[in-house]
Amino acid sequence: MTNLEKYNNAFTETFEITEDKLANLKYQDIEAWDSVGHMSLIAALEDAFDIMIDTDDIIDFSSYEKGKEILAKEEYGVEI
Amino acid sequence: MGKIWDLQQHYGKTALVDEFGNNMPYDVLDSEAKTLYEKVGHRCLVFALCRNEIGSVIGYTAFINNGIVPVMVNSHLEEALLDNLLNTYQPEYLWLPKDQINRFAGMALEYEAYEYALLKTCYEKNYPLYDELGLLITTSGSTGSPKLVRQSYANVLNNAQSIVEYLKLDDTEKPITTLPMNYVYGLSIINSHFLVGATLLLTDKGLMQKEFWQFFKEQEATSFGGVPYTYEMLDKLRFFRMKLPSLRTMTQAGGKITPELHEKFAAYAAEQGKNFVVMYGAAEATARMGYLPPEKAVEKRGSMGIPIPGGVFHLIGADGQEINDPLTTGELVYEGKNVTLGYAEKGEDLILGDERHGRLETGDMAQFDADGYYYIVGRKKRFLKIFGNRVNLDEIDRLIKGEFEIEVASSGVDDHMYIFVTDEKMAEPVREFVIAKTKLNPTAFKTIVIDEIPKNDAGKTLYKELTQYYAG
Repeated sequence: MTNLEKYNNAFTETFEITEDKLANLKYQDIEAWDSVGHMSLIAALEDAFDIMIDTDDIIDFSSYEKGKEILAKEEYGVEI
Repeated sequence: MGKIWDLQQHYGKTALVDEFGNNMPYDVLDSEAKTLYEKVGHRCLVFALCRNEIGSVIGYTAFINNGIVPVMVNSHLEEALLDNLLNTYQPEYLWLPKDQINRFAGMALEYEAYEYALLKTCYEKNYPLYDELGLLITTSGSTGSPKLVRQSYANVLNNAQSIVEYLKLDDTEKPITTLPMNYVYGLSIINSHFLVGATLLLTDKGLMQKEFWQFFKEQEATSFGGVPYTYEMLDKLRFFRMKLPSLRTMTQAGGKITPELHEKFAAYAAEQGKNFVVMYGAAEATARMGYLPPEKAVEKRGSMGIPIPGGVFHLIGADGQEINDPLTTGELVYEGKNVTLGYAEKGEDLILGDERHGRLETGDMAQFDADGYYYIVGRKKRFLKIFGNRVNLDEIDRLIKGEFEIEVASSGVDDHMYIFVTDEKMAEPVREFVIAKTKLNPTAFKTIVIDEIPKNDAGKTLYKELTQYYAG
């Protein structure tokens, strides 16, 4: 699986949505992405990429696109 | 002097600060509330669609302090459930966010302020209101049952005074909103802090958002409240590493926190010179009934504490006799002036007086230890707390049966509901239906397909037999 596939899977499985909904998806755009869903998403991403996401990055993770930027940071090194 | 607060006493102090940088002193809150009150002009029923915004707080203040009776509901309540509530109680007005008025096209816009609007409804009937009735709150906000708790002015005032006393609140407090104000826990924070002239920090942003923490730090919040799930999230967020020098007090209610988390937060608080206060309550007791004094938080982990000032706990055994021995389980009964009047299930019930006379059978099973600290050990009734929201399982079963006409039984533990169906094809539609109705995060719900729903000879569902599918 490519990193993009893993990244997308974390979203589609956590929020039970299809991949076509992902572009431009933001926190609270859908009911499933509330605070509870957010923690599940973070856990799914941490598992998928075997990383630990920092507190500041967890709360900065405000959209599908923003998440890509965060994971690309040096400490995670996940290019999507 | 209003029915609950003497706002004049706090003139010159700041009542509200919102996340957009707006400040509202108590004198402006008072005059805005008076203006809104005058638009309504008389005692009647109003639906208040709540958000943690200035307009919403002005509405609540105007209503409760001037004898208008608000039904407090979440502005995100599902449309069909809201319509059902509206048709059941037929309020004279709605006070709601301006961006939601289009849904009520037939109603006249009478007034607007701070992004909120006052709509006059078209209901012909106005149900008479009992003189002491102060506000109405939903019991299970999530399933939209028309059942409301009837709280009196004396209930609200008495409970707020008690909270001020045991949390030692004063006008230097700045609680930040983490709970909706249509939820009694969130509302009790407003009620108690307005009594002492403190400053409410209003935000609809959540713990998972950067803006929340920026606002927290900029405005130097001193306290917040959370349900068990809030503390689980804070733990995962590695909250203990955050620098929050302004924070004095964290309160917890809305269900039982795990002893492990209780210990973690209590130890953190002790180390950092902060208070962690586990509390116990219910909408039927206005809000609070018990609290664990923060200095006992570490020693008595797992306990919800002692009665609040002015309250008394009793434990009643299966034989109906009062339990006087420690570590013996019985139903927890609370007595105090904050025990509410009773329920309303239809418009005609709004005229009812006090049906409880200061005594509430909580439906929780509890024990006390040798020092008199209480521990909740189970529940008599079939409901779960899901992310702090009470969800009645019988009601869920009824809703599903009404929609699909199938055999169903729901069960589970807090934050995890299991819905048992016998037809595999129905598993997903039922689950989606429950998610849509409760508006709670899907991760809490699972459907399990079994051959048949276990029942006894009388046709009663044997819920205990279902636990084998998810326990352990």
